[in-house]
Amino acid sequence: MQTFKLKNRPKIIGSYSIAGPKEGKGPFGKYFDYIMKCDRFGEKTYEQAERKMLEIAVTGAIQNAGLMVSDINLMLAGDLLNQIISSSYTARAFNMPFLGLFGACSTMAESLAVGAVLINGGHYKNVVCATGSHFSTAERQFRFPLELGCQRVPTSQWTVTASGASVLSLEGEGPEIAMVTFGKVIDLGISDVNNMGAAMAPAAADTLAAHFKETKQNPEDYDLIVTGDLGKLGSEILIDMLEAKGFKLGKNYSDCGHSFFTRKQDAMCGGSGCGASASVLNGYIIKKMKAGVFKRVLFAPTGALMSPTASQQGESIPGISHAIVLEMGV
Amino acid sequence: MKNEKLNEAYNAYVEARIPKTKPWPSLFNAFWVGGLVCLLGQGINELILYLFPSMAEQTAWAWTLVALIFIASFLTAVGVFDKIGKFAGAGTIVPITGFSNSIASPAIEFKHEGIIYGTCVKMFSIAGPVIVSGVVSSVLVGVIYYIVGLF
Repeated sequence: MQTFKLKNRPKIIGSYSIAGPKEGKGPFGKYFDYIMKCDRFGEKTYEQAERKMLEIAVTGAIQNAGLMVSDINLMLAGDLLNQIISSSYTARAFNMPFLGLFGACSTMAESLAVGAVLINGGHYKNVVCATGSHFSTAERQFRFPLELGCQRVPTSQWTVTASGASVLSLEGEGPEIAMVTFGKVIDLGISDVNNMGAAMAPAAADTLAAHFKETKQNPEDYDLIVTGDLGKLGSEILIDMLEAKGFKLGKNYSDCGHSFFTRKQDAMCGGSGCGASASVLNGYIIKKMKAGVFKRVLFAPTGALMSPTASQQGESIPGISHAIVLEMGV
Repeated sequence: MKNEKLNEAYNAYVEARIPKTKPWPSLFNAFWVGGLVCLLGQGINELILYLFPSMAEQTAWAWTLVALIFIASFLTAVGVFDKIGKFAGAGTIVPITGFSNSIASPAIEFKHEGIIYGTCVKMFSIAGPVIVSGVVSSVLVGVIYYIVGLF
């Protein structure tokens, strides 16, 4: 069994999202809590800017929950940079216990799932979960210098500059985490680093199929099924793969990365990065749940667990996907 | 756990679904922008020879290259070259402008890691292979030239 039902149903009582200027001009722009005017965010380096985004997201979520930093018992966070420095350095700024997670772009679901399980077990009271990504830090770590005059291939995706944080607790108001499904590492041998969607789609298909089977549900039972950053190609592959497994995704399925930018913004297959699903969940989905638009949401972002070293040595790209079920007013 | 057959089938399926780059528009843009870069180089060359009539032609070529390298580095520094490169592709990568850009862009990018460990170390991270293959092939040609000269 990969799926757990959480009896005590921890709630997301506070959330905050922050995004960069390009991201702010996208379709989700009006839902983000804060839009940066400049990618550098007044810092000396882009790494510092990414850290500042995370700090603001964490502080914002705690304030949104009506709590103080001292009320938080644990911080769960992760990011894309080597040794997850953005998260660790953010935790350094707050005086609270910290567990670093690495689930690549699936980190938002991973942190919420781990946090929800810990709270459900009665071990913690208030937990903050956060993640973020920055286009310029990811580019230099995984790809080329920003000013290099090269062309992007049609399957590539644009790492979003965005961050999101949620506060979990048993007390308060907000969407409840009813179930969590932890995913397996799935690798079907895609080694093209410019085609992350195809590399991660099998992991999403595996986790979602396991979730539907174990909970005896169908895709129609949800108002919204949302993956993280599969992009255009990846989400089309996911639809195909799930159909082959006997689950038909309908109009209630969407991908954060695929809808993150408009076509004019030239992001090829769409947005990617931890920040894509984190900011859409905390900016758009939770607000829409509170407004009563969505009652049951299956949130299943995917992560590509590769490193530039492994890719250069010819290794294929393993993918992972964790799913959480959010319910409000059911 | 690896399942070779499943992986092969999946790779073939993905390959069939991948959106392809449209070759003709890319080729056309690369062609005319590349041609324009060459025209610019020729223009600079003619101008130098016009201004300094006593200059040897080979020296003028060297100055032309210096001018093109400077222009490309300058455009990289002010953040324009990547936009031209995205549009023109090989049109700006193949001439010496691309080489200049590939050295200037990491030099700018990694300056926060310090002059030595950042800029100096990373400067040739993209252009390095070109230099290595250039040196290696000139050594090979030199050896062949030497052996041929013996007879």
